[in-house]
Amino acid sequence: MLNLLGRRSVILIVLAVMMAVLPLLFPSSYYFRVASLVWVSALAAIGLNILMGKAGQVSLGHAGFFGIGAYAVAIGPAHLGLNALLAVLVGALLSAVLAFLVGRPILRLKGHYLAIATLGLGVLVAMVITTESGWTGGPDGMPVPKLSLFGWRVSGSTTWYWITAGLLLIGTWFALNLDDTPTGRAFRALHDSEVAARTAGVHVERFKLQAFVIAAVYASVAGSALAMMNGFVNPDQAGFLHSVELVTMVVLGGLGSIVGSIVGAAVLVVLPQLLTVFQDYEHFLLGLIIIVSMIFMRDGMVPMLAKLARRARS
Amino acid sequence: MAHYTHVLRSVAVGATALALSSFSLMHAALAASTIKLGSVLSITGPASFLGDPEDKTLKMYVDKINAAGGVDGQKIELVVYDDGGDANKARTFATRLVEDDKVVAMIGGSTTGTTMAMIPVFEEAQIPFISFAGAVEIIDPVRKYVFKTPHTDKMACEKIFENIKARKFTKVAMISGTDGFGSSMRAQCLKVAPNYGVSIVAEETYGPRDSDMTAQLTKIKNTAGVEAVVNPGFGQGPAIVTRNYAQLGMSSTPLYQSHGVASKSFIELAGPAAEGVRLPAAALLVADKLPDNDPQKKVVTDYKKTYEDATKQPVSTFGGHAYDGLYILIDAMKRAKSTDPKKVRDEIETTKGFVGTGGIVTMSPTDHLGLDLSAFRMLEVKNGDWTLVQPGS
Amino acid sequence: MSELLQFLISGLTVGAVYALVALGFTLVYHAADVVNFAQGEFVMLGGMVTVFAYAAGVPLPLAALLAVIVAVVVGLLLYWLAIAPARGASAVSLIIITIGASILLRGAAQIVFDKQFHKLPAFSGDAPIHLFGAVIQPQSLWVLGGAALVVLTLYYVMERTLIGKAVVATAANRLAARLVGVNVATVMALAFGGSAAIGAIAGILITPITLTSYDVGTLLALKGFAAAMLGGMGNPLGAVIGGLFLGLLESFGAGYVSSTYKDAIAFIVILAVLFVAPQGLVGRRKVERV
Repeated sequence: MLNLLGRRSVILIVLAVMMAVLPLLFPSSYYFRVASLVWVSALAAIGLNILMGKAGQVSLGHAGFFGIGAYAVAIGPAHLGLNALLAVLVGALLSAVLAFLVGRPILRLKGHYLAIATLGLGVLVAMVITTESGWTGGPDGMPVPKLSLFGWRVSGSTTWYWITAGLLLIGTWFALNLDDTPTGRAFRALHDSEVAARTAGVHVERFKLQAFVIAAVYASVAGSALAMMNGFVNPDQAGFLHSVELVTMVVLGGLGSIVGSIVGAAVLVVLPQLLTVFQDYEHFLLGLIIIVSMIFMRDGMVPMLAKLARRARS
Repeated sequence: MAHYTHVLRSVAVGATALALSSFSLMHAALAASTIKLGSVLSITGPASFLGDPEDKTLKMYVDKINAAGGVDGQKIELVVYDDGGDANKARTFATRLVEDDKVVAMIGGSTTGTTMAMIPVFEEAQIPFISFAGAVEIIDPVRKYVFKTPHTDKMACEKIFENIKARKFTKVAMISGTDGFGSSMRAQCLKVAPNYGVSIVAEETYGPRDSDMTAQLTKIKNTAGVEAVVNPGFGQGPAIVTRNYAQLGMSSTPLYQSHGVASKSFIELAGPAAEGVRLPAAALLVADKLPDNDPQKKVVTDYKKTYEDATKQPVSTFGGHAYDGLYILIDAMKRAKSTDPKKVRDEIETTKGFVGTGGIVTMSPTDHLGLDLSAFRMLEVKNGDWTLVQPGS
Repeated sequence: MSELLQFLISGLTVGAVYALVALGFTLVYHAADVVNFAQGEFVMLGGMVTVFAYAAGVPLPLAALLAVIVAVVVGLLLYWLAIAPARGASAVSLIIITIGASILLRGAAQIVFDKQFHKLPAFSGDAPIHLFGAVIQPQSLWVLGGAALVVLTLYYVMERTLIGKAVVATAANRLAARLVGVNVATVMALAFGGSAAIGAIAGILITPITLTSYDVGTLLALKGFAAAMLGGMGNPLGAVIGGLFLGLLESFGAGYVSSTYKDAIAFIVILAVLFVAPQGLVGRRKVERV
């Protein structure tokens, strides 16, 4: 079965089956809400993982693109009279163009210098959103009109569960397929060693830029989805802390592992909900769990578990 | 290594089991006949100085009410979640309160940002929601299920400009925080200033975490003709503004702070620099200086004593908003003789002459706040303490 | 003229703090190759422990000393309990560990202390000093002097003592350092302890001016990291220059351009500098080994 279908199809089928079965276990629509948050965060994390895990470039400002997508669906319909779906596309396009324009100079930087440059980019986006309150509603954010598809007003946790699940499936499918394209192979070469990749004839700059643009589009679409699901946006979604959260999801789940990003997102979304029972100790425990998991699963949860599984089999 | 992973696995299993069992315990507790109230507060994060006293107040008074037998014989069960100031988290917790905890009413929402994010959840579920946040947009336009207890930022601006007008000043400079509170109040002040014949001749801002406002204040200092300075902001920012203001030798120009710093800790943080600073605030801050015939005297002195004895921290009007919200709700439940959310909502709207820490509250279908300008007192810091400003000075 | 001087003073004071935080980043990065995002929490510890000890009746100098000791102990624990066990993990995994540590320390601080803002009295009074029409707070002089002293001490230790040479050797080549008898683990622990002490000193010096609370660390870590990168990561001189430069940018930005966009101005300049000098202002090129 495994060999017949290939690893990618197995992952997609398992994911789809899980998405279909989970709702049967949900006692209330609050669980749909949490699950939808996991799907949306996972989508953004997978995009970032293509940049970080596959192409080996860090971004500490990725929430900036998330914010652009989120505000596109808020500002587009409210100020420009755009159709909501069109606004999603405009947001994605805007993110892609921004990533393309600043990507060239930024991606020349290495390691931590790249980190601070992307961080600066994210901070700038968040700052513009916070300050231009005439357009964005300022620090308190602004409402997002309900998505309306052919006269059907999309609302309710359950509906959004299926929409976000669908988006994540598409995102996962694309990311998995990327592995086997020449682009994907170029990314892996980049990740291992830029110099070696260059020597082997990989056009390093172009592929880095491609990964950056792809990652930006993922984040932007995820941002749009969250904004429409919530019915409001605020600048926190574009902020530094959200960027850090996304990076943590990627690394916790496993750099380079697409499934890992979904697991990482699930852990970071669900964990705070579980920890509320500990009240004051919530943040203390969250920090502790992150530290302990990174010490014992330094390559991330999914690669670690995969290694264990392989060892058990052999 | 294998040893570690074994340990880790048992830890993980243990933690999951613990989490699950505590969940089922919580659900079991639900079965008893209690009134379930929900709250989402910014107990940590940048607005924790709002959420922290609100959280303490709610827990303290719910215990008190339960010890006295509850509401009509039913005990209150309070579920509080900490949103850390994050609107997206607040939204999730709001859904959790409605869908999972099945609360009959919601009191909380520390900031305007988190409140606005939660409003659609409670409107849709038709559950009454009394917010503790400032901005006027929460209750204007009126939403059927949404109420709030603190004075609006618009009222604060009006109160300040009223006083400025009485002192015959017309040229005012503003320095505002860029956080939600500061920028919302700034916008309201700019809007109402012309009504009082006041023109804003200089405008500066500072970030919510900035540690030095000397540069901005220097610019205001060098603007000709400034007769008074207004600082819409909350948190530690206004304390630093006040200190830098005094250091730059600007104290001869009157400085107005907002109700966002209405706590004794502002005077402590700003130190001697706070002398002469004026601000609009609720009677709670001057509890012991109120005349005995003041209708709020008893409520505010009782609350102040209870809060300060229990927490050993100076009372703030923010905790007072939580007190008001809790008792407006409980009174409404008693009048409704029911905990049905719709009936309770109707009764909240008919609240009349409720004496709270923030003022005397009389709501109506067109007014879900129920306070007017008289609820605000103009205070001045003298000798390290709040004093009431005599009208007309 | 007096305006310019005023902006200069306020920029240098804030910049000195950024410089100290950046120095902490640099020291740890230098010795252990870790970007420690919990660096801001050391500043918080310095301020908060001093405030609480002082409030409990401990004389200010002793309270400050206690704060430095607490921070150093926390720094060492961070190394021994979180960094050392993860030896060999990738750089980004280590960053996530320090982010976890920063969340944990903030969580612990809100339990041990509280969530209020606190202040300390200025060390030598509040009476401002007037200079050519500008106003200087005496505490600003403490901050600038303290920062200078820390920088000089660090310089002396790194250049003139055996410990310093061990740190430099470890930074240059860990294996080679071990071969010539340097106890690399001890050196790294020392770097964590030292950066914690520097952070705590910054926290103590600045609290009388800026106030403190359990969560002041996040923004300081962000600014300090930016300053360290601006100067060139791993270079102590760069950290100082980067910090002061960042502080001045903010203050002149607020004074002459727009207070609303002053942080934006700072980051735009950082981006511009990195485009021109991709290794920071005083950084050296690193050659990637294949």
